[in-house]
Amino acid sequence: MDALRPYAAAFSSRFLLMMQYRAAALAGFFTQCWFGAVHVMVLAAFYLGAPEAAAASPISLSQAVTYTWLAQGLLAVMPWVGDPEIADGVRTGAISYDRLRPVDPYALWYVRAAGWMTARLAPRVALMILAAGIVLPLIGQGQWAWRPPASLSAALLFALSEALAIALACAIIMLINIVVVATLNARGVNILMQPLVIVFTGNLLPLALYPDNLRTFLFVQPFAGTLDIPNRIYFGALAGQMAWVGIGLQLFWITTLVTLGRWWLGRVMARLEVQGG
Amino acid sequence: MNALALLGRYFAASMRSQMQYPASALMLTVGQLASTAIEIVSIWALFDRFGAIKGWELGEVMFFYAFVGVSFAFADFLTRGFDVFGSDFVRTGAFDRLLLRPRSAALQLVGHDFRISRFGRFFQAAIVLAVATQMLHFVWTPQAIALALWTVAGGVALFSALFVLQAVLAFWTVESLEAVNALTYGGVYAGQLPISLYARWLRTFLIFIVPLACVAYFPVLAILGRSDPLGAPDEFLPVAPLAGFIFLGLSLLAWRFGVSKYTSTGS
Amino acid sequence: MPQILVQDLAKTYRVAERAPGMLGAVRGLVRRRWRTVEALKNVSFSLERGELLGFIGPNGAGKSTTIKILSGILRPDSGRVEIEGLVPYADRIKHVARIGVVFGQRTQLWWDLPVIDGFDLLRDIYRVDPQRYKATRDELVAMLRLEKLLDQPVRQLSLGQRMRAEIGAALLHEPSILFLDEPTIGLDAPSKLAVREFVKKLNQEHGVTVLLTTHDMHDIEALAQRVIVIGHGRVLADSPFEALRADVLAERRLFVDFAQDAPALDLPGVEVRNRDGRSLELAFDPRITSAPALIAAITARHAVEDIHVEQPAIEEVIARFYDLHGANEA
Repeated sequence: MDALRPYAAAFSSRFLLMMQYRAAALAGFFTQCWFGAVHVMVLAAFYLGAPEAAAASPISLSQAVTYTWLAQGLLAVMPWVGDPEIADGVRTGAISYDRLRPVDPYALWYVRAAGWMTARLAPRVALMILAAGIVLPLIGQGQWAWRPPASLSAALLFALSEALAIALACAIIMLINIVVVATLNARGVNILMQPLVIVFTGNLLPLALYPDNLRTFLFVQPFAGTLDIPNRIYFGALAGQMAWVGIGLQLFWITTLVTLGRWWLGRVMARLEVQGG
Repeated sequence: MNALALLGRYFAASMRSQMQYPASALMLTVGQLASTAIEIVSIWALFDRFGAIKGWELGEVMFFYAFVGVSFAFADFLTRGFDVFGSDFVRTGAFDRLLLRPRSAALQLVGHDFRISRFGRFFQAAIVLAVATQMLHFVWTPQAIALALWTVAGGVALFSALFVLQAVLAFWTVESLEAVNALTYGGVYAGQLPISLYARWLRTFLIFIVPLACVAYFPVLAILGRSDPLGAPDEFLPVAPLAGFIFLGLSLLAWRFGVSKYTSTGS
Repeated sequence: MPQILVQDLAKTYRVAERAPGMLGAVRGLVRRRWRTVEALKNVSFSLERGELLGFIGPNGAGKSTTIKILSGILRPDSGRVEIEGLVPYADRIKHVARIGVVFGQRTQLWWDLPVIDGFDLLRDIYRVDPQRYKATRDELVAMLRLEKLLDQPVRQLSLGQRMRAEIGAALLHEPSILFLDEPTIGLDAPSKLAVREFVKKLNQEHGVTVLLTTHDMHDIEALAQRVIVIGHGRVLADSPFEALRADVLAERRLFVDFAQDAPALDLPGVEVRNRDGRSLELAFDPRITSAPALIAAITARHAVEDIHVEQPAIEEVIARFYDLHGANEA
């Protein structure tokens, strides 16, 4: 157990620190409500305007609405920027200290990123559920609400899949961090990642709504595992065996990206040591 | 030297300092192009699946989208100083420096920085407009061009006003300015689509509170030669961008009030 | 009519108070609690053209509030300021065209632009006549030895180089008054000397009025003919520095190196401050014992190798002054 202590400390210190940014959480919440509401109205206009196409759509309007609120609520765990602490460390030179500590830098940064993400997640998702899941039905707008999971088993599978989604997002963030450390510049990679993440996670539009011939590709690419797969498990569009295929895909990408990240970080760190950077 | 000539000097200086890092400027421009282009990707995907939307075809929606994009890109280019006012001027105390110079603070903020990368959004919107012109076989008569320029002018005024208002808030709090910023972007996002898609509360908001519809939806209908399915009179449509200038005037009044508050409390 | 006239200046700030903890933060969103801080209670002084005034006081004493009001970016609650016939905060734009301001910790130049481009931009901002600008700029470049720096981007300059460029930038429009806020902070010794020398020359040869705030008492010693000490929002002293020293800390120090181990001394009005082998440091009050009498008394009884008299360091004088007025509690 003692061997894990530094990592547990790194996680919880970051978590507690992030919990202090209440104003930021509130601000984020209002933004999410606004974007979520506009998204929902646009989706509704398309679905209601073309009943035949809507009937043929792989997900129903109410599923797409729930998807939208989930995507807004889970915004904090989207892997679109590297850990700002790493970027700061690169600028100030503080990351050299991480090389001097008797810990595994990959694991340390990974748990720190996880603390950073989950702390931002908790208040936002809670507020989002309150607004879209409880307040909306109470004011008679139940058709635009965030619906509960399709079933108990869907809920349990979603919990598992969402945990894996966060683990996968952290693995992707680690890759971004490594690029930041290798190029000594955070802006470039963040700018290039953002559009990719917004499209391929499903944050912009549920992946199922893209043209059908892209469906397989969109399902197996790594970003799907950070949002689209757990969401579809949540409202039962991925159920039974297919749910396990989705979870298997998430596990596959976590293993692959963590392995890649560890190998790459080792090389980058070795190079930094040679340069004395 | 008059204000316009001085802005020219500021502009040249800003270009020179960004050109010290040409690769970075290029990358930021491409990044901006890509990150703004994804919205049209989602609109395209929805049309691909559902065919049409409440009587609008894709080409028409792209017209609305493109006009918001062009106006916003220009406004963002001109009012960067207001956008970063809270973080780079109030929080750091650099605003004092502007007040110590014998020019209006607003003029100096406009001159503060002109980001080349904003052309990313502009190019993206221009391409969308070109494609939409093709799709609709739209003919750009001199009248349509004049109306388009007028629409963009109103749009630039309105979006600039939003950045000015964001800066005014910074006189009271520098916390949560990101939220205001996000509301601006959220407004842009909502304004890109025909407002007849939206629920009544959002339409009211976009017409009467932050009159985005007046610099996109209404005048673009006039450019397309369509009537408003919501029933706004045809004569109103081409006049609507005036609302952008009125909104800018109001926001500059608020700005003056903010500056006088700053000089009487020093914070 | 003095060039700068300040009468009964008062300024109170309201500061938002934050209750601690989660509950406090939520309550703070609804209703804020305010605390008032009296930054200036009553400040009056006047300055003639061509004076060089040192403005000192502990942090929070009201120095920067006063400077902000004088430079036109802050409005006092009450009192009167007139500078060359203008009220700074009422005629801000006209007023700031006549003054130069240097903040030691902030730059007014453009980070990514060469120094010369920043100068040119300031020429246009201040509407300086191009012919006149060229002459002024060349003179400043020569005086501040900026020739080699002109083509370098500001971000590449050392702190000392940047400060010289900043001072040049503040003077391109030939202001008749220069405000210097901590101009030597963080500089190395040669840069400090260069800045002091330049300011002295500017004041003496060009007749520019200088108002200097600083925590570096050597700046004051080297430059200021007159010192205003501010504390608790009031003027605590306004006099030539030597007069201040005589009032506050009249004592002198006598350093003696003896031929043998330092003897025990018992002289009236003399105190042993430090003893180290053959050396002694003595403090005496010149109003009780004069220096020649004391030296005569010592050399009459002991073999002495070296002897010299010093005044207490300026930091000590100021620290003592703050203590006497309780100004440090600010």
